[in-house]
Amino acid sequence: MTTELAVETPWRRLDPRMLVVTPLGMAVRLLPAFALVLITGGGTDDRGRLIGTGVAIVLMVALGVVRWRTTRYRITPDRVELHSGWLRRQRRSVPRDRIRTVDLTAKLEHRLFGLSVVKVGSASGSSTEHHGLSLDAVSRAEADLLRRELLDHSPASVPVAAAAAPAPVEVLARLDWSWLRFAPLTFSSLAGVGVIAAAAFNILTDLGVNPTEIGAVDDAAIRLSRGPVWAAVGVVAAIVLAAAVVGAVALFTERWFGYRLTRERSGEGSALRVHRGLLTRRSLSVAERRMRGAEIVEPLLLRAGRGAQCRALSAGLARDAQGGVLQPPAPRAEAHRVAAAALREHPSEITAAVLRRHPRAALNRRMTRALGPTSVLVVVAFVVGALVPWLAWAGPTSLVLLPVAALVGWDRYRNLGHELTSRYLVSRQGSVARRTVALQRSGVIGWTVRQSIFQRRVGLVTLEAVTGAGAGGYAVLDLTAADAVALADAAVPDLLAPFRMAPSVDHGKTADGGSPSTTFSP
Amino acid sequence: MATRTTTALPLRPPAHQVSPRAVRWWQLRDLITVLVLLVPQVVLEIVFGTGWLVVTAIVTAVSGAAYVLAVPPLLFRIHRWEITDEAVYTLSGWLVREWRIAPISRVQTVDTEHGPLQQLLKLASVTVTTASAKGPVTIRGLDAADAAELARVLTETTQASVGDAT
Repeated sequence: MTTELAVETPWRRLDPRMLVVTPLGMAVRLLPAFALVLITGGGTDDRGRLIGTGVAIVLMVALGVVRWRTTRYRITPDRVELHSGWLRRQRRSVPRDRIRTVDLTAKLEHRLFGLSVVKVGSASGSSTEHHGLSLDAVSRAEADLLRRELLDHSPASVPVAAAAAPAPVEVLARLDWSWLRFAPLTFSSLAGVGVIAAAAFNILTDLGVNPTEIGAVDDAAIRLSRGPVWAAVGVVAAIVLAAAVVGAVALFTERWFGYRLTRERSGEGSALRVHRGLLTRRSLSVAERRMRGAEIVEPLLLRAGRGAQCRALSAGLARDAQGGVLQPPAPRAEAHRVAAAALREHPSEITAAVLRRHPRAALNRRMTRALGPTSVLVVVAFVVGALVPWLAWAGPTSLVLLPVAALVGWDRYRNLGHELTSRYLVSRQGSVARRTVALQRSGVIGWTVRQSIFQRRVGLVTLEAVTGAGAGGYAVLDLTAADAVALADAAVPDLLAPFRMAPSVDHGKTADGGSPSTTFSP
Repeated sequence: MATRTTTALPLRPPAHQVSPRAVRWWQLRDLITVLVLLVPQVVLEIVFGTGWLVVTAIVTAVSGAAYVLAVPPLLFRIHRWEITDEAVYTLSGWLVREWRIAPISRVQTVDTEHGPLQQLLKLASVTVTTASAKGPVTIRGLDAADAAELARVLTETTQASVGDAT
């Protein structure tokens, strides 16, 4: 090992139990491959298989040892540092004052041994810094200690003292099993079909059964093929639907079992913490002082079922669909309540604020954007139908798309809205996935105004608030140019003011009877 | 083409224009794109002699030439930038016009960049990065000396402002 010069903080290793867990995890992941070898390798002699398995086991154990030996971490007063890798050395370092989230994840194999993976998410600093690092894995007690130590970055914090006094915990939300009804309305229901199908297929093949050889299935298939087409389609649709529902419910349970949203005070700051998971236990902690707002997400189906989901806006969160979720799909009112509780604001000050509608020109634009591409598609369908005789139905059928597109366009316009409240910029857009974002005005670190040539003709612009949290920027679509500037100027005082023109400017042909710019008053 | 006054955005344009040599830079860049499209057509026509490739080649050449002649001067008229004590402010874009404002207090890094064509013309681009993934503000086509000076001043200013800029 290299010698460290003038360093008081000693390096720590991952938990020794990882020597067992790493090979175990690899073995579990390789299980399908093993099964495949065992099944297909029926012809070869048993000794060959035994040797192969032995070599694989030795390799996995060796990899586990190498991984454990070469991974070191330490927490200095300023930084968290992680060195790992053997042939390809990696050195990661995250400044502690940039840490925004700490995610503890314990998969089944970790839980068996009382371990937990610690993922540290940080605000992106300069390009040479990483967005976080992951300690895979440490003991559960150590993980909990790290979580508290890292989120509370008061420089003088002594870990032992922090551990001594249990932090006061306030429960903000708990799981209500009636929310299970929203599970089939999320995208995970699609994944559910796959999960169920894969599981069923796996079990059947494990038992050595070919589905078409089961008498009942074969019989049913024959009967269906003799019956009318609509019956066959109906039966298949029913099966897929049932699989989707069962799969979605199973996924929901795995993800959200034991869900609890709490607020924990530690040292100077406090953190929001989401506990959840049946097999894989997760707890996500978000430093509250650095939260920049909340987002209510309503995918079309969920919205139709009057459900919604609240996500936190903060730096250092995963960018995937589950990144920063504060709750399972829940009733809309509950989503707004959780957002309000998380941000310590009244709902009407944030995501449930009454929003300003956008000008008429925005409707035209939404409609054009929805109908334009669809019309092209319809024309193509008619042309193809005219050229290829057996596709003649394509043209007339594609006409169905037009009203659908019009509906989506109209809904997109109807959902457009924005408002400036005392501390938040609230904006909403989208139809297939409606999003209402409440972004802290003090978290806005710049503005981008965009205007395409089509927008220029009708005097509209898209205003994007740039922020360090979440997606990095949140757009307000299709505002009148004057309103956009007034809104940006009011939201963040003094930034835009030096560049504003006199308010008596001619707005050209923006035939907007709407609000004058002076109405943006906090 | 629309001029700045019809955009109706009640923001005054940034004070400075980029280097006039930027027009040459954009023209060279676009010319290369046109050649990349044109040369294969000509080669294929010579090899196979299809006939219709002559038509597409002529169309490519004419529209390409028109673009090279007309658009870069237009870009030069649109592209503007300004740096005050409080903010970096830029205007760019032709079909989609884009105004960007970033407060100096939130600037994290300042980078200068010289591509091969820019080096040839003694030009440079300056990119100002903030804590946001969508925040970088880039001023393209500056005179290389001006860019270096600008980066120096910006770095000094940002180091003077306190806070972790997030």
